[in-house]
Amino acid sequence: MDLDPTDEQRFFQETTRKFLESEMPITRVRELARTADGFDRAWWRRGAELGWTSLLVQEPDGGGTLSGNGTADLAIVAEEFGRSAAPGPLVPLNICAQTISLVGTDRQRAEVLPGLLDGSVVATWCFHEADRPWNGLGRTMQATADDRGGWVLHGTKTAVEYAAQADWLLVSVGDSGVISPASGGPHPTGGALDRPAQFLLRADTPGVTITQKESIDLVRRYADIRFDQVKVAAEAVVGTPRGAAEDIERQTTTSVALQCAEISGAAGKVFEFTLSYVFDRYSFGRPLASYQALKHRFADMKTWLESSYATSLAAVHAVGTSNLEASKLASIAKAYVADRCPELIQDCIQMHGGIGVTWEHDLHLYLRRVTADAGTLGTPDDHRERVAAACGLISAGAR
Amino acid sequence: MSVTETPIESVESFALRAREWLAANMPPLPHARWDPLVEDDERASHARVLQAKLWEGGFAGICYPTQYGGLGLTLDHQRAFDREAAAYQLPLIFSMPTHCICGPTILDCGTEEQKQQWIPPMLKGQHLWVQFMSEPSGGSDMAGALTTATRDGDLFMINGSKVWSTYAYRADYAIMLARTDWTLPKHRGLTMFIVPIHHPRTTIVQIEMIDGTKEFCQEFFDDVDIPAENVVGEVNDGWTVASRLLYHEKTSVGALSPYSSVPYAPATDLTTSEMVELARASGRERDVDVQRAIGQFETLMVVRTQLTKRIGVGLRTKAFPDQAGSMARIYGGTQSVARANMAFAMSGFSALFWDTEQGRDAGLGYLQRQARCIGGGTIEMARNVVAERVLGMPREPAPDKDLPFSDVPRGRSPR
Repeated sequence: MDLDPTDEQRFFQETTRKFLESEMPITRVRELARTADGFDRAWWRRGAELGWTSLLVQEPDGGGTLSGNGTADLAIVAEEFGRSAAPGPLVPLNICAQTISLVGTDRQRAEVLPGLLDGSVVATWCFHEADRPWNGLGRTMQATADDRGGWVLHGTKTAVEYAAQADWLLVSVGDSGVISPASGGPHPTGGALDRPAQFLLRADTPGVTITQKESIDLVRRYADIRFDQVKVAAEAVVGTPRGAAEDIERQTTTSVALQCAEISGAAGKVFEFTLSYVFDRYSFGRPLASYQALKHRFADMKTWLESSYATSLAAVHAVGTSNLEASKLASIAKAYVADRCPELIQDCIQMHGGIGVTWEHDLHLYLRRVTADAGTLGTPDDHRERVAAACGLISAGAR
Repeated sequence: MSVTETPIESVESFALRAREWLAANMPPLPHARWDPLVEDDERASHARVLQAKLWEGGFAGICYPTQYGGLGLTLDHQRAFDREAAAYQLPLIFSMPTHCICGPTILDCGTEEQKQQWIPPMLKGQHLWVQFMSEPSGGSDMAGALTTATRDGDLFMINGSKVWSTYAYRADYAIMLARTDWTLPKHRGLTMFIVPIHHPRTTIVQIEMIDGTKEFCQEFFDDVDIPAENVVGEVNDGWTVASRLLYHEKTSVGALSPYSSVPYAPATDLTTSEMVELARASGRERDVDVQRAIGQFETLMVVRTQLTKRIGVGLRTKAFPDQAGSMARIYGGTQSVARANMAFAMSGFSALFWDTEQGRDAGLGYLQRQARCIGGGTIEMARNVVAERVLGMPREPAPDKDLPFSDVPRGRSPR
């Protein structure tokens, strides 16, 4: 994706691609589609050894970047995941690891990070709620300060990646969901927690019910999580008393930028093998690649693809350097990439003709991945609204 | 110790000097808006004054070689100057095509004498240039030129017609492709010339466009005599020169040229903040569809800049072939269509029955919309280039390629 990577990034990209090509060929993805978890823990640990889980984690916690911009480095893995439609909790796990490393308590860091870094433990981020697919956090999930210095979580999170496979859950609770005394609810520092808020708890905490759903992606698992009066201690709070809004914003923009890298990677792979196919395939005595009607469509697709790489790269660079424009650039990338790349893949299916709409051909595995990415953490339309807000318009949803 | 070249000024130092000089010498923006429908405005004379100021101040031709009056500096210096100059009026019409296309083509293919003679007046603001390339018989098929140059001793006599030259009536010189040998195949019988525009036997006609503007011209040549020393490159090797010219045109249209500060963006384009104002004026600023349209408007604009930057990196690192600039052409054309539609939709009645220039521009911009997919090479040509030269797909058949040009069909044959 980056036409001018550092030497370390180039090496990392090559290593990741080789590993995925040999250990996660598309035939293996098809096998994993029939398993409950969709991915293999031993395989994930080997990915962790390559550095898939450490790039957003601070050095003292055992992490570190290749280029100084961990988001840009991780985007290399995300792009390769797109190219191979690979399974695994890549984005949500890294998001959890980053937040725990940046703002977690010493105890959270010691208890959770080592396992995330070595690949033996899975954490996921619980963001979406059914009532508000985007525009920020939902309104149904509640955290109520109890009279024993802890919190009670109640409500439902939806579309949580690999929730049934997770050992830990990072749960975001929106402004209206945090119910606490006027002085603020309990916080591990002894300070008072303001809204919004985030909590880190074990997935097997009593009262947590995880229901895995059948989903459009064959190997990426999604679930709903029901929190039924789940009691957690003040120590489960993640982040500073007033800092969660900023943390959630960072988690969102980082996830969106990484999604864009993955979508672009999937579209890039499909474009490459489709281009090769129209050279091989002949009709009326000439290769499909010689028909001007098709050549023009490939020229357009190439333009969309390079534009997608360009805007994804701009987003991951801005996000990873805490650029003031990061949020806007991530939304611009999602508005463009999640609009053009699914269309690009549909067009490539058209270029294949009948074989393109069969289960047998691999095209649909990539289409499934980009469709899942395009529809979570904000659709293109949702992100166009965010861009408009960044241009000075007051959100249509605001009252 | 061996003698080495004088080290060039650092970008930082150059930028600092530019900042001080600009503040002391150049008029700030905004200039009173040039109305595209007022044809005899003072845009050209104003630009000549500004370009002369840049020359006198030592900031003209930043990437041009020093021996022809330039500064011999790098693209980084040019971009640093662009940043410093963003708030000032600049001689924009000197950029395209004088400094970005005509000058670089002469640098690539001209003789030493031609470079000495023609480059400095461009940089001093004395000579404004245009291109005499397209002809009425075929816009995109430039090598099919019918305009003929016939040798007569030390002169060439030009007969024929050129079209789509912008501002020709206000300009001084043109670079022109003409046919010098009809017995050779089409690409091999062409020659490139430098011609004065205002010649007693050249007639210039301004073409009125759908939106009422009259910047484009058509020229008619009736035995126009041009000295043989005005041939650029070799006689009958004009296509080599034209290929360099087209390369410079593509890099300029894709905003990748080192010879200009000016990104290619027509002045009548609405900006996102103007779109926001329109939404507010129409009372629809909280309408979710309006917000999404504005978000998409901004998205398309920002991604265009990001794509241009990527192409620049790709050309520099050789990840892309030279013709990759045509992707920016495709993006720019299709994006302009989408943007014109959005601006038109957002303007409502005011684009149909206007009392503001903004409403009028949105209405006329919609009518004139396809011009952006045609001028500077149609996007269909750009799609061929990307498919064939970037993706390596098979070339379109060209039955005229090896025929003597006099035998090439130029219209439907009579029954």
